[in-house]
Amino acid sequence: MSERVGVYICHCGSNIAGIVDVEEVARWAGETLEDVVVSREYKFMCSSLGQELIEEDIKEQGLTRVVVGACSPHLHEKTFRRACANAGLNPYLCQMTSLREQVSWVIEDRAAATEKAKAMISAAVERVKLHEPLEAEHVPVNPTTLVVGGGIAGIQAALELADAGYPVVMVEREPSIGGHMAQFDKTFPTLDCAACILTPKMSDVGMHPNITLLTYSEVEEVTGFVGNFHARIRKKARFVNEELCTGCGICIEKCPKNVLDEGFEVGLGFRKAIYRPFPQAIPKFPVVDTVNCTYFETGKCLACEKFCPTEAIDMEQKDEILSYDVGNVILATGYDLFDSRKLPQYGYGRLPNVFTNLEFERLCNAAGPTEGSIVLRDGVTTPKSVAIIHCVGSRDQNNNPYCSAICCMSALKFGHLVMEKTGAEVYSFYIDMRPLSKGYEEFYDRLMQEGMHFVRGRVAEVTDIARTPEEEGKLVIQAEDTLVGKQRRVPVDMVILMAGLEPRADADEVGIKFGISCGAAGWFTERHPKLDPVATMTDGIFIAGVCQGPKDIPDTVAQGAAASARVQGMISKGSVEIEPVVATIDAERCSGCRICNELCPYNAIEFLADEGVSYINTALCKGCGTCVAACPAKAISGAHFRDDQIFAEIEGLLFDALPAADDAVLA
Amino acid sequence: MAETTYEPKIVAFLCNWCSYRAADLAGTSRMKYPANIRMVRVMCSGRVDPAFVLRAISKGADGVMIAGCHPGECHYQEQNYKTMRRFEMLKQTLLGFGMEEKRIRLQWASAAEGGVLAQAIRDMVDDIRALGPMNWPGNWAPDPDAEEAILALAEEHAEVMEVAR
Repeated sequence: MSERVGVYICHCGSNIAGIVDVEEVARWAGETLEDVVVSREYKFMCSSLGQELIEEDIKEQGLTRVVVGACSPHLHEKTFRRACANAGLNPYLCQMTSLREQVSWVIEDRAAATEKAKAMISAAVERVKLHEPLEAEHVPVNPTTLVVGGGIAGIQAALELADAGYPVVMVEREPSIGGHMAQFDKTFPTLDCAACILTPKMSDVGMHPNITLLTYSEVEEVTGFVGNFHARIRKKARFVNEELCTGCGICIEKCPKNVLDEGFEVGLGFRKAIYRPFPQAIPKFPVVDTVNCTYFETGKCLACEKFCPTEAIDMEQKDEILSYDVGNVILATGYDLFDSRKLPQYGYGRLPNVFTNLEFERLCNAAGPTEGSIVLRDGVTTPKSVAIIHCVGSRDQNNNPYCSAICCMSALKFGHLVMEKTGAEVYSFYIDMRPLSKGYEEFYDRLMQEGMHFVRGRVAEVTDIARTPEEEGKLVIQAEDTLVGKQRRVPVDMVILMAGLEPRADADEVGIKFGISCGAAGWFTERHPKLDPVATMTDGIFIAGVCQGPKDIPDTVAQGAAASARVQGMISKGSVEIEPVVATIDAERCSGCRICNELCPYNAIEFLADEGVSYINTALCKGCGTCVAACPAKAISGAHFRDDQIFAEIEGLLFDALPAADDAVLA
Repeated sequence: MAETTYEPKIVAFLCNWCSYRAADLAGTSRMKYPANIRMVRVMCSGRVDPAFVLRAISKGADGVMIAGCHPGECHYQEQNYKTMRRFEMLKQTLLGFGMEEKRIRLQWASAAEGGVLAQAIRDMVDDIRALGPMNWPGNWAPDPDAEEAILALAEEHAEVMEVAR
């Protein structure tokens, strides 16, 4: 019995119809292609009216197959499959082809675009006729969520999940959660102190009965699939027994070794060889820095062990490998700061009084190395004038072309803090001011009224070579003032570089580990830039915070909450649909050659020695189809991507081509 | 003879995760490329059976592109390495048949590389336009010396071949 195929061509407003002659394609398909019984075009196929059109035709015209020529299947394949299912047709009997992304948006010539659209419809029709009904498998969702990264994004996501009653495993690479926000002094535009709003949330995470907190730990491997991931986590040895440690801090006090703190204090302060990154660290347990600890260097000392009242120090401790089964993953891995040394013209690392934004946060912080006094690198002198340079490494074709989104507002905050604490003159060198969110423009106004100076122009150079007596002993900012149209030299005591945000150095590696990708700039790619910003192309893996792209704290928190809401939705639904696109082996045809066994990266194929054939465990199969292509006996079949279906698609695509034999007439 | 109106037809096999998304991105970014390429979506470039390529050619394609994730970035961990190996063998076979090298192309394009894919398509269409239609027998230049040698060999071993038969 032949199939009854319905063809639907979407105008997508004028997106497709503006280039493709949709009426002609629909007419042609209806008149030319075998088994097509209905062929229509419609303004918006994805609208409810468009979907109803398909549903009515299935019911009234008895369609057995549906082809939709519209946008990319990545956008609306689910929509049209659902429409088919609503009308009682198995959703896998629908085929979508991309007349927008692959035709109307990339081709300028109307005739060529229409011809290509015909080829694609013809391919879809030939293919869909060979489709077979498939049933999606439903598997339960493990209610535990893995949150990777303990900055404010991860904290927000973890707390919302835990408060809703769901278990969370939080993994943080550093000894304490808190992330970059814990290093900040004040937060714009309200100027409330970062620690005051962050540390209560940190302790909530530490004490929450639903949260298993693993700090100083890293995810080594993730296997499985949505609803059923399996994570292997390395918990690095802290050399402190967490069961016994009370966090009293006597070990830190007694440790004789001072170490420059290049982590939390960004090189401005010192810590001990056994340390907590900062006093409010969560968890409170210290960690031994084996690179600097005297015991690890010489085998002697153990002052910490001697003085520990609970005998919690354990120098024999080894890394532990822990395993967790989780249903979903939220990645909130944050960012690295742009390395200002890459712009030698600004003198960072060479001119002592050039600071980065993060260094300034620590300088300004009452809990920081200077107890909040803003002083030069000598530790005593208060600057009388400060220059803030925007867009360091950002909006720069030689480095990061994107805007780092937070620096304008941080610079305004710094301006306020400098003026408030020191009374110094503050000069901001900006390209454009971008105070975009709620209350930000008002904060900019406030700073203008407070007397911060704004010079519009990218700074060419920071130099200590004076040209005039006033410039002696100063750092001179050389920049073009583009509003006045002339070069300016501004002598100052201190320079703050607003270093931009960059993807983590290992973002690519982490992405591969979790099966998600990074965009051109290196940030994790969301499923849809506008409509699905926290999901990824891999089901069950979500992203939140700056790892997805530069953003400020309010947006980061919003994304953490959004990711948690998405996960809660998955958990409360209870099960997920697994695409039935898997491979199977026909035991009758299998010769037992075992070529396929070695090809599967998921170990889904096992060899049944008794029967002398290979067998695919469909629960492990991800449906890539590599084994299908490799089987010399053609015993393996890949559902929904069978050989005959793809052959039919190829032949349909080439409906207007001459076969090779007839074409080879040229001498 | 190849006329000025000759428009090659190229079939491309794109993996679902990187290169098909690169095509999506090329579209949403309104990058332009010639209409000569027609795409088939497969889950992974590793699914591309050499028979698909041969079928496309036998049905009149003037060239075939296989596109996948960059090595090390495969959605299925490492399957594109298998594509790479398979592609080399297939290419050698097709070259042996007298097909020009530029008619078959393996292209890596990540989901962020709409521009890379669009440029590869433009280049390939230009290359094949310059080659003209498929011309296998024409490319198979006869070598009289080789033919003579084969005949001489056959004569020399006629007895053995008789037995073997």
